[in-house]
Amino acid sequence: MNNVPDAEGVLVFAEQNNGLVHPVSFELLGKGRDLADRLGVKLSAALLGHGVHKEALELVYYGADVVYVFDSPFLSMFDPVQYAKNLVRLVTETRPAIFLLGATRLGRSLAPRVAAALRTGLTADCVDLDLDENGNLVQVRPAFSGNIMAQIKTKTRPQMATVRYKVMKANARDPRRKGKVIVKEPEVLSDTGIQILEKTAVGGVNLAEAEVVVSGGRGLKSPGDIALLKELAKELGGVVGSSRPLVDAGWISRDHQVGFSGHTVKPRVYVACGISGSPQHLFGMRDSDVIIAINKDASAPIFNVADYCVVGDIYEIVPLLVQELRKLKAVKNLDERK
Amino acid sequence: MSKGLKIVVLVKQVPDIEKVRFDYEKGRLDRSSAEAVINPFDLNALEAAAQIKEKIGGVVTAVSMGPEQAKDALRDALARGADEAVLLSDLRFAGADTLATSYTLSCAVRKLGAFDLIICGEKTIDGDTAQVGPEVAEFLGIPHVAYVDEILDISIAEITVKSRLDGDNYVVKMRFPGLITVTKDANVPRLPTLKDKLRSRKAEITVWGMKDLACLDEKQFFGLQGSPTGVAKVFAPTSGKKKGQIVMGTPEEKARRIAEILLKLGASQ
Repeated sequence: MNNVPDAEGVLVFAEQNNGLVHPVSFELLGKGRDLADRLGVKLSAALLGHGVHKEALELVYYGADVVYVFDSPFLSMFDPVQYAKNLVRLVTETRPAIFLLGATRLGRSLAPRVAAALRTGLTADCVDLDLDENGNLVQVRPAFSGNIMAQIKTKTRPQMATVRYKVMKANARDPRRKGKVIVKEPEVLSDTGIQILEKTAVGGVNLAEAEVVVSGGRGLKSPGDIALLKELAKELGGVVGSSRPLVDAGWISRDHQVGFSGHTVKPRVYVACGISGSPQHLFGMRDSDVIIAINKDASAPIFNVADYCVVGDIYEIVPLLVQELRKLKAVKNLDERK
Repeated sequence: MSKGLKIVVLVKQVPDIEKVRFDYEKGRLDRSSAEAVINPFDLNALEAAAQIKEKIGGVVTAVSMGPEQAKDALRDALARGADEAVLLSDLRFAGADTLATSYTLSCAVRKLGAFDLIICGEKTIDGDTAQVGPEVAEFLGIPHVAYVDEILDISIAEITVKSRLDGDNYVVKMRFPGLITVTKDANVPRLPTLKDKLRSRKAEITVWGMKDLACLDEKQFFGLQGSPTGVAKVFAPTSGKKKGQIVMGTPEEKARRIAEILLKLGASQ
């Protein structure tokens, strides 16, 4: 097995799309910075793409000491074979002890190839990272659809992990931070067997980034009642989310699903309407800044994580709430005009 | 060999997640509480294989690693369109993490001989890692496309798929041999007929142990010994109860109070 006694340092894969770094990478740099400081080692980032040089400095501003840039037209879009090959080479050269990637779909497609090539351990979809007394990485991840949590340790180096988006905190961007940008000569294959014919943005709802999410659950009686949530979401400048039953019933598309098997969200405000709060749902929204829960059942678990608990019928409360919001806004507008 | 594709589907037997109970005190699941079933995501992989076979012909081999009882999952695979089934079973395979599992599976695929396409489910419902597919591809030195939502075109030389990665849809053409992992959106798995079920019950299932795999000189890569990751501790998700404020009053008063809070939080258009 791949035991590298002199492995040292933390490496973060800086995922980019259309030349822009994915925010999960900034979060990884935040956590990576913390781990590197505690271990007294360097934090590096690997940036692969085409025309991405200007993003390298952003990675420094968010905490990287060294940024390795691989720039090639062959790397502009994600080909797991090309990406893995270059990362494997970088890891072999720089021998980091810890290597973190975002647990985005891209990251989860890429990381296993790298881990297999390096014959090292990989822990999927971590929600927390820590160090034990010997400086080994302690990786916390949910298993069995979020029903249990496990702490995983890795014997080999690098200790690889993919980390869930929106669970770590990015450091504040500091444009005065200094770091080294090292341009690497990419090694590319002219033919990997894969040809990307088309890449198009899916569009639609962007739940993960929303500031306000209004979600519905089993408390809704018919598919048409999602209009109720939409109206409230519109009033709040937010988007509509959902618990899993509504998605499974086909009332709303999977993009809207909040929870373990859907999106993790961390909005400023989360309004849960008629959601009982299964562990899987709570997993995806409990870190929201402010949670407002409306549910008929006063014993619903959702109230255990809510900041404001409204025991009541959503069919009564939600329309009233929309009305009140309109009234208050009208008053506010009037006041501002005065 | 007959015309058509040689397809390998990798399957896993898992506890039925809907029924399984968790012993939170001891921090583990009570395996006796639920029966073992074929990983639900693998049903989509089997269905994809069955559809390809119907379209351009071929032979489908289902491969699984696990104890003797994992034969049940393979019988299910046979009832759902697989032609052959191989179980990788050996005490020395036990305790494998994704790396050792992938390595063992890749050894078995090599032993099966030339193949065109490997199909896996997106992930398993118990481990939830989605790592085995891409790891197997790397061990075999073949390309892969993960999270395939739709097979757009297939010939005896290549496959064109739609795969969604985060905010983008990719249309990718992959030359054989290659590996795909399919999502639940890829198809609707059909139910096996009673005849197929009965047939699968009597079917022969090949069992290979470590001595049957052609990688004997690499014993250190199998099972627990070949697994760099290990579970240090298991625990229940934190309940982390908040002391939330209960909003009192008539429905109108409650609505007004919440509206005020929302406006104060700046959540309004």
